[in-house]
Amino acid sequence: MRLFEFESRQIVKDAGIPVTNYGYALSAEEARSAAAEIGGPVVIKSQVLTGGRMKAGGVKFADTPEEAAAHAAEILELEIGGHMPRGVLVDPKAEVEQEYYAGIVWDGTRKQPMMLFSDMGGIDIEEVAEQHPDHVGRGHFSNLLPFSDFQAKQVIAQTGVTGSELNRATPILAALARLFQTCDMTLAEINPLARLSDGRFVALDAHMDLEDEARPRQKALMAQLGIPAEEQREAHEATPFETAVTAIDSADHRGVIQGKDAGFHGNIGLVIGAGGGSLTLTDAVRSQGGKPANYSEIGGNPSVAKACGLAKAVLEKDGVEKIAVMMSIVSNTRVDIVARGVIKACLELGKDPGETIAIFRIPGAWEEEGFKILDHYGVEYCDRSVSMHEAARRAVEKVQGAAA
Amino acid sequence: MPGIFIDVEVAADARSDATLAAKLEEVCPVDIFAATESGVEIVEQNLDECVLCRLCLDAAPPGAVRVIKLYDGTEL
Repeated sequence: MRLFEFESRQIVKDAGIPVTNYGYALSAEEARSAAAEIGGPVVIKSQVLTGGRMKAGGVKFADTPEEAAAHAAEILELEIGGHMPRGVLVDPKAEVEQEYYAGIVWDGTRKQPMMLFSDMGGIDIEEVAEQHPDHVGRGHFSNLLPFSDFQAKQVIAQTGVTGSELNRATPILAALARLFQTCDMTLAEINPLARLSDGRFVALDAHMDLEDEARPRQKALMAQLGIPAEEQREAHEATPFETAVTAIDSADHRGVIQGKDAGFHGNIGLVIGAGGGSLTLTDAVRSQGGKPANYSEIGGNPSVAKACGLAKAVLEKDGVEKIAVMMSIVSNTRVDIVARGVIKACLELGKDPGETIAIFRIPGAWEEEGFKILDHYGVEYCDRSVSMHEAARRAVEKVQGAAA
Repeated sequence: MPGIFIDVEVAADARSDATLAAKLEEVCPVDIFAATESGVEIVEQNLDECVLCRLCLDAAPPGAVRVIKLYDGTEL
């Protein structure tokens, strides 16, 4: 769950990390008042859950409260990446000597949080890591053992920062690491972390992602930030595919389907699932050189109509000619029911199931019945004796062969 | 629209049996049978949802209901 900048700044402030004396405004008039209170040049920043604010005109500088109000009025009406702003942040324009980056990310491979620090802040940390790797310090830390500020100090020192700068930056990175843990974050970053002309460090911007599953544990934080339980936060507006799949799922209580396609541009449609298997299967397709057109989840014994609906939604996506129907593990989802659903989808779209379904690998209940159906329609299938990666390889080979 | 995978037939002499119609409507978990004034009606749009549970066969007199798997031509 992504948090707005004004919420992240509040969390950072509450954690004892110095921030500028900013204001949050929901109208041009409130922005004027906030700018007047700050009493100097300010930056007006759109509060949207997407990047690219500066390029889109969502960040503007103002020298007077009147100018701040005018900019705020414009920004509050400005849609950025399909998002309308929640409000604007009115931030004093700081006299910055140097910009740094401080961040904590979840390292899924190590299963540990990782601190990142750079003396080249204000720009994308991935870009710094690629072009100036010696300017990025890294260090994992345990979620089980007590955290020591010294661990943060070691990370910062890797970038060559020394002396009073090191001493001033250390408690900030350490506080960020602690709030990452206590607030169940998957991302907590301050960029830029600015060193002002008087030597003080302040957070000029902050971005945070909270683990979705942790919301019930973070009720106090949600209440403090004024986020109601029913409010869902997505990094992007639902695509037509995602909206369609959600509608199919909610129309029928039997089984569960999900579909995501934001950021997917491939040509192999995926109808996949089982026990968290969708991620593994997506990776399996990618590891075989395949380009998924979507991510999906299907399970819990869906109806034929629901399986059919998902398969149709996938097949109707631009560029998709074939689908791979796979589950990772033996489950109670009936093989014959899913087989009927995906074959029906092909037939209803006027496609030959034998040509359209690149592979069918669902191990589980009613396999034999499912295989009879697949045999009848000439669909290639395999059972649990064929690995997920081998099934993915066969699917990718067919899709690439068809495209060649 | 008839089923692609499953067909269900009710014998002609059983179709107007109101008691049987009510029983079939009650037992089928995927609503393939509807009890109407004229007796049993097949809800065609639900035919492919048949989970092959045999509850309709158990509820009806022998031979009154047939569940046919169109993909292999066999019957339950």
